[in-house]
Amino acid sequence: MASYNLTHLKQLEAEAIFIMREVAAQFEKPVLLFSGGKDSIVMVHLAQKAFAPAKIPFPLMHIDTGHNFVEALEFRDEMVQKIGANLIVRYVQDSIDKGRSQDEKGPNPSRNGLQTITLLDALEEFKFDAAFGGGRRDEEKARAKERFFSHRDEFGQWDPKNQRPELWNLFNGRKNPGEHFRIFPLSNWTEMDVWQYIASEKLDIPNLYFTHKREIVVRDGALLAKSDFITLLNGEKYEERTVRFRTVGDMTCTGAVESTADNLDDIIQEVASARQTERGTRADDKRSEAAMEDRKKQGYF
Amino acid sequence: MNTEIEEKIDSQKYLEMDLLRFTTAGSVDDGKSTLIGRLLYDSKAIFEDQMEAIEEVSNRKGKGYVDLSLLTDGLRAEREQGITIDVAYRYFATPKRKFIISDTPGHIQYTRNMVTGASTANLAIILVDARKGVIEQTCRHSFIASLLQIKHIIVCINKMDLVDFKQDVFEKIQQDYKDFASKLSIPDIRFIPISALLGDNVVDRSENMTWYEGSTLLHTLENVNISSDQNFVDARFPVQYVIRPQSDEFHDFRGYAGRIEGGVFKPGDEVIALPSGFNAKIKTIETIDGQLDEAFPPMSVTITLDREIDISRGDMLVKPNNQPQNSQDVELMICWLNEKKLVPNGKYVIRHTTKEARCIVKEVRYKMNINTLHRVEDDTTIGLNDIGRILIRTTAPLFYDSYTKNRFTGSVILIDEFTNETVGAGMII
Repeated sequence: MASYNLTHLKQLEAEAIFIMREVAAQFEKPVLLFSGGKDSIVMVHLAQKAFAPAKIPFPLMHIDTGHNFVEALEFRDEMVQKIGANLIVRYVQDSIDKGRSQDEKGPNPSRNGLQTITLLDALEEFKFDAAFGGGRRDEEKARAKERFFSHRDEFGQWDPKNQRPELWNLFNGRKNPGEHFRIFPLSNWTEMDVWQYIASEKLDIPNLYFTHKREIVVRDGALLAKSDFITLLNGEKYEERTVRFRTVGDMTCTGAVESTADNLDDIIQEVASARQTERGTRADDKRSEAAMEDRKKQGYF
Repeated sequence: MNTEIEEKIDSQKYLEMDLLRFTTAGSVDDGKSTLIGRLLYDSKAIFEDQMEAIEEVSNRKGKGYVDLSLLTDGLRAEREQGITIDVAYRYFATPKRKFIISDTPGHIQYTRNMVTGASTANLAIILVDARKGVIEQTCRHSFIASLLQIKHIIVCINKMDLVDFKQDVFEKIQQDYKDFASKLSIPDIRFIPISALLGDNVVDRSENMTWYEGSTLLHTLENVNISSDQNFVDARFPVQYVIRPQSDEFHDFRGYAGRIEGGVFKPGDEVIALPSGFNAKIKTIETIDGQLDEAFPPMSVTITLDREIDISRGDMLVKPNNQPQNSQDVELMICWLNEKKLVPNGKYVIRHTTKEARCIVKEVRYKMNINTLHRVEDDTTIGLNDIGRILIRTTAPLFYDSYTKNRFTGSVILIDEFTNETVGAGMII
């Protein structure tokens, strides 16, 4: 018999497509959370594959903290136009203006946690019952326990100790009114898989991921990009370095790494020899040992 | 140990890597966390910041060593109680393969977690403490692996350093295990003497056990042949979603999206749609990257047919001369996953492939004593972590194979109609 083997990337792709189709079939109103980062770019690509030649049967939604990298926003808008997707944007600033939430104090106030309020409000506004996220289990230890279909109660909360078992490829998306699911098709992918997939599928990504010169400030070991949202502390100064970003999130908490990688092959080499997790550049996870678990319980991505 | 870090990896090599999913089982203190920690560490899947974080916590808790279990216990409650509550998934890769570990806790009350982790695994590692030999938990874990049709088992006899690396200890345990396993149906069982703590035979060959001539654990994981484990004979395509673009360009396009769960499909193949029984020929097998000459498990594809017949989600395309069983009365081995016991004559939602129906539990035939493998016929209450044989009747016919023939067309889950929780995992007999 001929050998019927799929490479690991093809298997991960098939699994993610299966999950996306399952969601389109089981839920009434799914939405894909899109940030312009590499994981959400892979997600959109997989969604196109899952439903081709039809268009993606759900909208994309960006929860905009107002602290974005300009490059990520430009990339987002170009991509949406190119594939003819429907993009919804909801702003953390609007939630603050309405008195729904409040900025943190301090020298680099993060709006990362504030996204949760805006996100839950938006899910309710549009009556979305399933929200796709690009979260991966290898990112962080609380995420290692996450399901593909992750149930959220009517407050949007995650109950990690009481999750539904997931067996074989049978996914249970049943819920009561007002509840919703977070869906993580990339659960089994690693950072390396994402980069290898981007390379093998020749996907466009924002140039932030490639080496460039940028003014940064070094704070608690993290290289933070110069922006209007950061206040320099005593003794701190901006300096120009040759950097790139391994993740793209809020400017106030996404650290750069010094790198000269200007193509995907170089990035893959760099990831292969990296001794820090990609979230090691994220100040938001360093706040406590269970920072991610706590945010997720509240309804974070 | 990390000298090869600086070496450049072949940037095209990953295009040939395949994937192995395995589960690990062992009782408390068998050294499972240490073993996983070592595999991750030696394959460079543990990063400095993760290592620093667990070193820091180990010190703070006054442990004299770096507690690698802190890597896998991700939830606050787990760290507080020092136990693993839930299945954790871990990832590492070598140039040959990518590995997904479902790390399941070993306590008796977590049978449900092992069943969950085993349901998608190609291989199971069962850890035995060389000082204790084959114990009740070893038997339980092996039974579950066999019930879930894991085809490959590696019995790692761990802590060999504590029995002076003696060959006769290893051989005695190997014989005891073989005697017990003859009652199970596991086609491929291997035995490896290791010390997870010191690293003997995990990644590198042991210098303390030159009498052992087999492969190391990692070498075995890299090379075990799993390509023939899938069913490539019985063609099964459960329809997941119907794609109708209704655009000008694809006005008449009607594609059936789904995953191949068995056999091989090619354009031109005669297929029959169940339950309608209508015949058609496969016109094309579509992907966004172009049309395919053939599709096989576990590919996700879109199939178009040469004529329009009524097909929707939950239907199945098969070959006319090789059809699955078709019945409303189905016998299952069930593993119960919920604190609320199975209700005799109770009604549940049932999911099978892409189909959802309702069912009633007609009869509990027996409960398994999973330590002795005896059938218990006088006590048929099925509670959390129990495994038993039941008969159900469904509201609509299921098209199924026995679980031993096909894991994906032979498995079901039961869902509580009121709480919506997944309460039972069933394997069709």
